[in-house]
Amino acid sequence: MPTIQDYHRWPDEHGRFGNYGGSYVAETLMAPLAELGEAYERLRQDAGFLAELDRDLQHYVGRPSPVYHAERLSQHVGGARILLKREDLNHTGAHKINNTVGQALVARHMGKRRIIAETGAGQHGVASATVAARLGMQCVVYMGAVDIERQKINVYRMKLLGAEVVPVTSGSKTLKDALNEAMRDWVTNVADTFYIIGTVAGPHPYPKMVRDFNAIVGREARAQVLAQYGRLPDVLTACVGGGSNAIGLFHAFLNDADVRIVGAEAAGEGIATGHHAASLAAGRPGVLHGNRTYVLCDDNGQITETHSISAGLDYPGVGPEHAFLKDAGRAEYVGVTDDEAMEAFHLLARTEGILAALESSHAVAQAMKLARELPKDGIVLCNLSGRGDKDVHTIAAREGVEV
Amino acid sequence: MSRIDRRFAKLKAAGRTGLIPFVTAGDPAPAHMVALMHALVDAGADLIELGVPFSDPMADGPVIQHASERAIAQGVGLKEVLDWVGEFRGRDADTPIVLMGYLNPVEIHGYARFAQEAVAAGVDGVLLVDCPLEESAVLQPLRVAGLQQILLAAPTTAPSRMAQLCGSAEGFLYYVSFAGITGAAHLSTGDIAARVADIRTRAKAPVAVGFGIRDAASAKAIAGFADAVVIGSALVERLSGATDAAEITARAQGFLQPIRAALDAH
Repeated sequence: MPTIQDYHRWPDEHGRFGNYGGSYVAETLMAPLAELGEAYERLRQDAGFLAELDRDLQHYVGRPSPVYHAERLSQHVGGARILLKREDLNHTGAHKINNTVGQALVARHMGKRRIIAETGAGQHGVASATVAARLGMQCVVYMGAVDIERQKINVYRMKLLGAEVVPVTSGSKTLKDALNEAMRDWVTNVADTFYIIGTVAGPHPYPKMVRDFNAIVGREARAQVLAQYGRLPDVLTACVGGGSNAIGLFHAFLNDADVRIVGAEAAGEGIATGHHAASLAAGRPGVLHGNRTYVLCDDNGQITETHSISAGLDYPGVGPEHAFLKDAGRAEYVGVTDDEAMEAFHLLARTEGILAALESSHAVAQAMKLARELPKDGIVLCNLSGRGDKDVHTIAAREGVEV
Repeated sequence: MSRIDRRFAKLKAAGRTGLIPFVTAGDPAPAHMVALMHALVDAGADLIELGVPFSDPMADGPVIQHASERAIAQGVGLKEVLDWVGEFRGRDADTPIVLMGYLNPVEIHGYARFAQEAVAAGVDGVLLVDCPLEESAVLQPLRVAGLQQILLAAPTTAPSRMAQLCGSAEGFLYYVSFAGITGAAHLSTGDIAARVADIRTRAKAPVAVGFGIRDAASAKAIAGFADAVVIGSALVERLSGATDAAEITARAQGFLQPIRAALDAH
């Protein structure tokens, strides 16, 4: 592949990122997707819409989020400076709200009164329930029965916000099945329903739209690091499940050829054990949930069940733009195990007073590895995509502590 | 002329409405799959839609979803499905077979390899639910090998797009009777009639109507304006739990025969 100068020109008008992306959906959804794509293309160039979005991001979400130099963590690691982009400080505690605020505004402009969403860790469900409450819309969240069990706090938060949480008991009862079920709802209720997909997967225009709404993370961080340090970071890292927080951080830096980009996937109990969710590191190109991307599946093409300690990374596909960046050699994707994430979680808590989400703890673990390879004046920029309050019970259970 | 085209020509000449049962390959019992296919034909099926099980059937309701899960749990994949078609062809050279499913199993099998093996087994067409016309360039090897690509049309399909689908249709055009998943229960035949009548005047191929047809009465209501009716979830539900060949055959025939009679009485 020839060297790419401008990574920002993808996707094309069909939603393709090279060989990936596209719209692999049943005929019934082609029209609503086209309607959404047209509405979004119009709104993203509409000054009034963009001003409205900026206002919400500033006054409701609390943007910009800080870039924080984790000095004691960096000292402990003994390498480069680790900077954390504090998406955990956003309203509702994760980057997910950047996207739901944006999509809810699109929904309102399209005259839709009912919001549906899928969720894994519950962060996207909470962020969807939040914006639905604020705009006075009905909200239904599909969540795998397994995830409901391990993310009880977020389930209750969604209910407090007025959302209906529907348990999904098909397949592996996790995020992928919740996505299937939300699609089924959408196909049945297309006239009045807006489906807020929470990650950069799904059919076109979702991978592009969700990326655009999260790209503020990288735009802010790039300007913040330049202002504070007078240069760009040496390397970026973020956790990758579906990949929305990662593409959010990476996108503004894609054309900065000197900035290395590393995505941290969930290696679970280790990639060699087969109990993981590392679609890019260990999967193959296939078609899932409306797009061509890397998937984890068997030789019959059946999607395989994944494992990760973090519900938000427990997904057998990945956003098509990540697949494209991997093949183009622009970004690397590596596995971080449950144990490594747990170790990073504790270390960050003890050295910096920050409880990170288990998802984000994978990124912190990777940031520590990268920092060790660099001199002390190097800069590793890590997306701390969410806070860990929701995971306290999971962690206690894993460590045999009764809360 | 393909086997599907021949079958629809014959139906038209006889003034009959085609009956297309859908069954999930490998359900309820992999060992009796070929017997089930023959039973469907004996009970009056004009064409068989054979569902290739997939782990994430986004467009299907719970009945077909669970049938897929049961089949996958028994190790059913494309290879088994193609073997059954090959075995079925040993006794039945006339009844067309369309494989219905999702793209990933075919993608992972390899398009060229699948095309060659499917044609060798005696498959006539494919309906890949998540592969709309816009993405169907990947299916070129299937077309080259002679497999017909059955397209879906839906109530949400815009007029300009409907014209494109009508122009591209081969084998038959599958009209999805309502916006929803397979097996859902609301069917408003009045709306469908007008839509299908319009499509039939424009489509290059016959039009089959599916989704929501459960029994003789609903099949008969559709028969007045469609070239064929497709019945899936209700049949899969009726078959579920049957274990031996005799019972599977009896249930299939008990379900299908009244529908066949209703269509022929039309």
